[in-house]
Amino acid sequence: MDLITIVSVVINLLLWLLVGTLALTAAIRSKALFREGAYEGGRDFVVLIPRVLIGVIGSGYIAAVMPQDLITTWIGPGSGVLGIVIAALCGAATPGGAVVGFAVGAAALKGGAGAPQVIAYTTAWSLYTIQRLLNWEIYMMAPRVVWLRAAVSIPLPILAGIAAMLIGKP
Amino acid sequence: MAERRRRVRTFEWSTAVIALTSVVAGTIVYLRDGSDKALAILTSDLWLFTGMLPKMAAGCLIAAFVTRLLPREVVARVVGSESGFVGILVAMVMGAVLPGGPLTIYPVAGAFLLLGADIGTAVAFITAWNLLGYNRALIWELPFFGPEFVGWRILLALPLPIIAGLLARTAARVVARRWGGDDQWT
Repeated sequence: MDLITIVSVVINLLLWLLVGTLALTAAIRSKALFREGAYEGGRDFVVLIPRVLIGVIGSGYIAAVMPQDLITTWIGPGSGVLGIVIAALCGAATPGGAVVGFAVGAAALKGGAGAPQVIAYTTAWSLYTIQRLLNWEIYMMAPRVVWLRAAVSIPLPILAGIAAMLIGKP
Repeated sequence: MAERRRRVRTFEWSTAVIALTSVVAGTIVYLRDGSDKALAILTSDLWLFTGMLPKMAAGCLIAAFVTRLLPREVVARVVGSESGFVGILVAMVMGAVLPGGPLTIYPVAGAFLLLGADIGTAVAFITAWNLLGYNRALIWELPFFGPEFVGWRILLALPLPIIAGLLARTAARVVARRWGGDDQWT
């Protein structure tokens, strides 16, 4: 067994230990609480499987048909800080839900993009996708809070990308 | 805060668009590179996906139980009563721990502000939820990127909620000094 397999097994054990602890805590409080939690967690899992599966398999095929030269030039490992900024802008402009953001990011990574650039992309997508700001956040919080949060978040994906580039990981 | 049930929708436009794009891309690969290549892509991705299934299942169950054991009202009260740098740290931990979608997260952040926390705390909370939340990392990110990439991504994101919180606090102060109003932004 290599190191990654061992780490993966340990993480699985820890996660399921946590599941067990939480389930037990819920069961002690009330049986209904335990049943509801187990049912909802199980149902979410079943509903999410096809969605994630479509995205994961799709990202492989999308990567295979994307113009690799173009990706490598703009956001490849040699594209540096400019590539990081471009990737962050793409993240902000990506519409749609989680499956889109992660499928596009994974496709880019498989299709020749650099890891720091993809980190900048997913970080920007998580923090300030314009569509999410306008469709969700603006209705649920005071507008000036939303804009302030978006404004101070602008440099964060770039910082994460540059940090990844400096340490040379992942 | 009314208790809203977390719901995962069964149909989603994003998924439909990605599915359609994938079918088109898959057909192009099949026609251009042949069935061997098309099959190789499918099996390598399936392998990564099945490896992540136990973690995804754990993620869903943890989220479902935490939602029930850690009521959002409690989170809002704990974070809302903190201030200063400690407030930002507490908000960061809570943001990483609290599961749920935007529908549950933004109202909690709004409640912090009403309960007296400053804007930095709310921003740190939302940033941590976005970047450090185990929910999204386990269920979404892992099957797509694998553990090594996700591990580094999260490690690099660790300081970001603090930076965002401090920046927001400073920016709110500057705005208040310049254009008047309070710097609490409640």
